[in-house]
Amino acid sequence: MRLLCALGEIYGAKRLIPVKSCHVSGVSYKTIGDMGLEFLRQMVEEGASFTVKTTVNPCGIDLEDWEKIGFPREFAKKQLEIVDCFRAMGVSRSYSCTPYLIGNRPRPGEHVAWSESSAITFANSILGARTNREGGPSALASAIIGKTPYYGLHIAENREPTHMVSVKCKVENDLKVSLLGYAVGRKLGQAIPYIGKVRLTQDLLKALAASMASSSSISMFYAEGSYEAKKIGEKKLKKLEKLEVDDHTLRKTFEELSIQQEASTICLGCPHLSLNELKQICKVAAGHRGERRLLCFTSYQTFLKAEKTGLVRKIQKIGGTIVKDTCMVVSPLTEIGVDSIETNSCKASYYAPLLSGVKVKLNSLEDIFS
Amino acid sequence: MGEALVSANPISFLGGVDSNTGRVVDETLDINGANVKGKVLIFPNGKGSTVGSYVIYSLKRFGNHPVALVNREADPVTVVGCAMAKIPLVDRLNLDPVINVKTGAKVLVDGFQGLLKVLE
Repeated sequence: MRLLCALGEIYGAKRLIPVKSCHVSGVSYKTIGDMGLEFLRQMVEEGASFTVKTTVNPCGIDLEDWEKIGFPREFAKKQLEIVDCFRAMGVSRSYSCTPYLIGNRPRPGEHVAWSESSAITFANSILGARTNREGGPSALASAIIGKTPYYGLHIAENREPTHMVSVKCKVENDLKVSLLGYAVGRKLGQAIPYIGKVRLTQDLLKALAASMASSSSISMFYAEGSYEAKKIGEKKLKKLEKLEVDDHTLRKTFEELSIQQEASTICLGCPHLSLNELKQICKVAAGHRGERRLLCFTSYQTFLKAEKTGLVRKIQKIGGTIVKDTCMVVSPLTEIGVDSIETNSCKASYYAPLLSGVKVKLNSLEDIFS
Repeated sequence: MGEALVSANPISFLGGVDSNTGRVVDETLDINGANVKGKVLIFPNGKGSTVGSYVIYSLKRFGNHPVALVNREADPVTVVGCAMAKIPLVDRLNLDPVINVKTGAKVLVDGFQGLLKVLE
């Protein structure tokens, strides 16, 4: 309550409003450490439990296969203690950065309190839900209390676009989309950009949201054709400050984030893979024969669907492993034998070197396997 | 009161600052390699990971925390971290602190009144 009031006070919120759902970040032992664990334990001891639908971010291990994959026992022990805390507060096995793919999908106009920068941005921009960029602990507090301070992106007039991004080049694949997001975030910092003239699938919008939110504090953008974008008239768009992005911008962003050399492990799923993306991987990697280690990160729920449709077997057949409940950003990569990765995610290429000291080579999904 | 450490770039505390040492470890930041411990940390705003709040809290628990944070315009992740860690945070000042204060200057922060004074 103190956290929510502090937030309300600094942003001049007059009241708390009820939320339909929460999504809580800060679940991996790797990112929150002993102090975070202690904080969560204290919450549980005080009898905290979640009063609204709540999902949580990836933790640091595959909760089922952690031993098989090689996660160290000491780390797993601490991680399982954190998982126990969340379980005690009422969380089911929803360890994912894509809550909107596993049953926590708010409807347009619904107020929610989410953390996880990529999910926040997706919820505001693509689903038309309303959430501020909550820190892990304030989303946790909202999950307990069921409310959030009424300010910022909960209020319609604060959701207007501030910049028009005119994309002067082709963004024809997943990598280009990710680079576009990162470049826009880096350039604008704090803004609500309108991304003009680019039509993207849900999977690519997920990638765009993730990379944009990792290089900035942007929590919302407009994508042509989306629920929110349809509300904005032509006249208003013409008045916006312009930002041009061209091939040169994307190339420079690529050079900043990617190594030139080959990487030893292919890591996919930042954000967590959708069922459709798993299908795509099976298709483009059909010729892969385990020459390099291949790790595919997704949620437990998506894994179950993939199992039913035979995708898990297909991934195994090409020598890949599906890793559940965790991801390449918040798991102890080096301790499971990964020293360099090849991926299509700019978010991962920003965080993985900082958090795990691994080197990252960026490439599009198709080119990784060609 | 403390010595100012000024970053012109937004900071992601997760990955950007090591809570075990207080060191800034993000090569993309202009203050990479500096230590935030005991400093008045001035930066435009937080960016990126929403786990940053826990990093600010951990900095305090390990005794490696800045004595105060000053933002151009604070983001919720930084606000929550400071509220948990009980570290004073001021923002939206009349003059832009990122431009007007230089690293190394002695500054005084009053969290109650939302003031920042440059002493020398």
